[in-house]
Order: sequence, then structure tokens, then C-alpha cells
Amino acid sequence: MHVIVNGTEQEVPSGSNISQLLDRLKVQSERVAVEVNLKIVHRRQYSQVSLNDGDQIEIIGFVGGGGSCR
Amino acid sequence: MPIDRPLAVGKFEFRSRLIVGTGKYASFEETKKAIEASGADCVTVAVRRVNILDRSQENLLDYIDPKVYKILPNTAGCYTAEEAVRTARLARSAGISDMVKLEVIGDPRTLFPDNEALLEATRILVKEGFTVLPYTIDDPIMAKKLQDAGAAVVMPLAAPIGSGLGIRNPYNIRIILETISIPVIVDAGVGTASDAAIAMELGCDGVLMNTAIAGAENPIQMAEAMNYAVRAGRLAYLAGRIPKKLYAQASSPIEGMIE
Repeated sequence: MHVIVNGTEQEVPSGSNISQLLDRLKVQSERVAVEVNLKIVHRRQYSQVSLNDGDQIEIIGFVGGGGSCR
Repeated sequence: MPIDRPLAVGKFEFRSRLIVGTGKYASFEETKKAIEASGADCVTVAVRRVNILDRSQENLLDYIDPKVYKILPNTAGCYTAEEAVRTARLARSAGISDMVKLEVIGDPRTLFPDNEALLEATRILVKEGFTVLPYTIDDPIMAKKLQDAGAAVVMPLAAPIGSGLGIRNPYNIRIILETISIPVIVDAGVGTASDAAIAMELGCDGVLMNTAIAGAENPIQMAEAMNYAVRAGRLAYLAGRIPKKLYAQASSPIEGMIE
């Protein structure tokens, strides 16, 4: 199935959960946050939340920054 | 350094009254060294999509240890209350901090905040238990509204973000200081050490800056200068300056002059 992760389409095995997606993308779950279809999923639920075809997923982290950008 | 109380930001206490940004540095190594030189114990970071296509990139938090520094995620780049609230919630769910440097921008050229949206986002996030540090225009009425909305501090700009113009309206900052009882941290617009010292001499509780340090020819040296400037300004404020007078007042005695 296909999901959209940070704006790009990714192929993942059907029934994958968030933990498996993060492993597949080589993203360490520490220090990131995950949103599925605009809903935040907490870290302890990563292995329990299964993904569906077409899900919109955001994986965010912290980068250098001070004030606003355009 | 004589004893000064720490800067209280909601339930947190900052040892340093200087808060620094982590953007615009040439490398993470330089970021780390500049932050060390600044003496800051709280640093602000932006919240962005993880680059899932290139996992070879290093992580800022490998250089800025969240066990050592208080991490202050910001909502830089958000133009609506909804975007800012979403960003803040995501930042908190990363599990590092429930503080947020709340920015809701109203215009890309000035990067001035959208007051209405800022207030709305502040109310929502305070209700959800965030420690909210809003970046605001240097307006005492707005500062009072943010205090009433439950903000932990108010962060009026000295001048537009990244402009380096220094405090353009020190009188407004003074009125803000008289108007509200929560800490006032000048955020944005500082250009050099004297600007930071002036903010602190006015009685501000802290200064937040990024470009003034990261954009200097030697960021690490400038970070050290800002460290001194904030401490010097704070000390001068606590010490109580002499009043300004129009004419001279001799500081040596008249008695005993050679005739």
C-alpha cells in the first residue's frame, strides 16, 4: 500500500504500524513526533497504530532555528 | 558575580538571562561552541519535517543535549493560530519540552506578529498546559492581554527579526515593564552587545537572540560578548544607575587644591 510521508509517497507493506514505518525509514523514534491524518500519535502507541492506504503522515523533529522565516 | 535570582519562566528556572537560537550557523559544531560561549542554558529550536529521503544528516540534538539545555521549540514560520497550535502540539509530543516560543507571523516582509491570532493561539495552548512564551509586538496593551491569557512571559521584539536595529522603542519596553508582572524577554532585533545591555538596563528579565550571534563574522566571539552584555546590563540595572544631568558635577574635591 502507499502512504504519504512528509509529502512524499512511500510504499509500505499492508498492515504496517508506525514503529515499522519508522524502522523502514531509519528514523529513530526518540526526538521525533508523528501525526497521522492530522492526529498526533504518542510514542507508546507507535506499535499499536496500523496504517491504512493513503494515510497522510508527518514525522517532525527539531532543527536549528531562532525566529521566523518567510 | 553577586547573587541574582534565576529567571523564572512558568515552572522553569533559567540560570542565564540570555536565550539563544540555533539557526544560521555554519555547522552544528559552531552552534555548540557558540551556545557554550553564550552561557545560555535555554536554546530555541525550530520544528520541521524530518528528512526521510536522506538519513545521513546529523541531528541538532546530538550536539545540544536536552539533558543539559532546556529546549524551547518555536513555531517560526506559522501564519495562522491553527498552524502554530499544531506545531506546538507536535513539538510537545516529541517528549522534550512543554515550553513553546509562540510565533504567529502576520507579514513576510516585517515578520511582525499577527496579534489576534497570537492571542488566540496563546489561549488554546495555555489551556492545554503549555508554558507559552509569545513573541509579540512592543505594545503594552498586547502584553497585558497575553499576560491575562496566561502566557508565562511576554517577548516583545526590539526590532524586526534579523534586522539588528537594536531597541527601536525603549519607551514602549519601559511601559510594558510597568504594565505587566510576568517576565519580559526582549526577542528579536538585537544587533550587537550594547543592544542587549540596553535591554537589560531597562529592566528586562532576559534577551533572546539568534542572528546577532550566528550572523556575526565570528559567532563564538559574539556569543561571549552577548554573555557579558546581558550580565553587565542586568548588574547595572540591579545596581541602579545615576540620574542624567545637563551640567557637569565634579567628582574630585575642591578642598586641598594647590594654590
